[in-house]
Amino acid sequence: MNFRSNLHKVLSEGKFAVTAEIGPPKGSKANIIVEKAEILKGFADAYNITDNQTAVVRLSSMGGSLILIKKGLEPIMQMTCRDRNRIALQSDVLGAAANGIKNILFITGDHQSFGNHPDALGVFDVDSIQLIEIVKNLRDKGLFESGDKILAGSPDIYIGGAENPFADPFELRVDRLEKKINAGADFIQTQSVYNLEKFNIWMDEVRARDLDKKVHILAGITPLKSLKMAERMKYHVPGVDIPDFFYERIKRAPNPQEEGFNISIELINEIKKIKGIHGIHITALFWESIIPSLLKETKLYPNP
Amino acid sequence: MIITKQKEFKDLLKSISKEPVFLIGCSECATICRTGGEEEIKKMKKDLEAENIIVTGWVILEPACNLLNDKRLLKAYNNEINKAKNILIFSCGNGLQTVSEILTQKKIICGTDTLFLGEIKRLSDFEKRCRMCGDCISDLFEGVCPITRCPKSMLNGPCGGSIKGKCEIDKELDCIWNIIYERLKAKNQLYRLKEIQKPKKWSKSTEFRRLL
Repeated sequence: MNFRSNLHKVLSEGKFAVTAEIGPPKGSKANIIVEKAEILKGFADAYNITDNQTAVVRLSSMGGSLILIKKGLEPIMQMTCRDRNRIALQSDVLGAAANGIKNILFITGDHQSFGNHPDALGVFDVDSIQLIEIVKNLRDKGLFESGDKILAGSPDIYIGGAENPFADPFELRVDRLEKKINAGADFIQTQSVYNLEKFNIWMDEVRARDLDKKVHILAGITPLKSLKMAERMKYHVPGVDIPDFFYERIKRAPNPQEEGFNISIELINEIKKIKGIHGIHITALFWESIIPSLLKETKLYPNP
Repeated sequence: MIITKQKEFKDLLKSISKEPVFLIGCSECATICRTGGEEEIKKMKKDLEAENIIVTGWVILEPACNLLNDKRLLKAYNNEINKAKNILIFSCGNGLQTVSEILTQKKIICGTDTLFLGEIKRLSDFEKRCRMCGDCISDLFEGVCPITRCPKSMLNGPCGGSIKGKCEIDKELDCIWNIIYERLKAKNQLYRLKEIQKPKKWSKSTEFRRLL
């Protein structure tokens, strides 16, 4: 079988995949990505480069992805629907594919009011599900969104999506995952998991509908670096669900950073046991350097 | 109805730069919004005069967006308008442009910001309902418009930021996708949300004129 990317290969072979997020800098300094790449090289199967996350302007996901390719790491480029219409989005997918980017994750994106340019116009011409379907049609049918034909090369992209099992209405969450699969998602990275009980209820329904056989689900892991971060994530980041007992542990711990690390290890070890989960996606916000020890501790490195 | 909000008085003063003003209100939306009705225009006159600005006269157009009617009504105020340098208008952005088409020699000042096409919930409470996109698809969503009422205009919502029925960008704002969900659930038709809604045809929003 021909694999579209290393991530595609790892997931197709049934191995437990690891992806890690690299946040690009607020500036054009390539070195910041290069340094993170050097720390993380070999530890993950592919590396997400975010697309102006929380609507803060940063080095672009395509630019960052190209830096990773130069350093020998496989990127997962991210694309949001916030800043580009369907013309620019399709054009960037073609441009990314032409430059060797093989995985792209499509999300609707954080609203511009959260970021450092709240006066910007939010585009939202299409939503994530529509964008996934558009790219699947580019790839598999050679057709643009308008129905016009691609003339010179369909982008062979391994298509990713995101899902938040913790948002409301909870009843719709698996439906939405199913919609993303029907639209064309090959793999899914979830919102950071802390509430295992709720995550398991979601996964029970995922398995009941056999969706874990149609898509590769990578569970999100975000190590909590400090009490301040735990507080922000628990109370101020929409869609994140940190149970009180984890929060209390960080609050009471003499060393909150160490406790955050330990909690992540426990979460990964539990998640590894969940049937239908095909990997983890680590988002270590401003703490990428912790990823190697996290993977060694959970025996995900060296590759099992 | 077109919902407007009066601009800050200090900003109006800056635009007026102490020159004589003629005031224009509107009998319809701006009257209901209490931004450009008779009461507000009279108060504005008083406030401007307190700042030593000459108000040469005022009129309430019926409504400001009616070109022929505006021409007829404004004719009666020729003298007052001639004495003024500024025309300060308290209508929606459409009414303002109908007036500016007639009074091309004057400095036009917008007295209001036009916010949205909305519903009157209560006497003083208005809520956005329609973006006038030219291609109504609200019947797909239980008679509500996610293009207008979801800040990300999602047609395959809700996004991951729908929390306890509220929107992630504003805790006061109902998540419209939660409302769609509730209405469909009550009808036992949640299956309808499984259908992928295709990208919207924005070409319909580029109409510039409609002739009967």
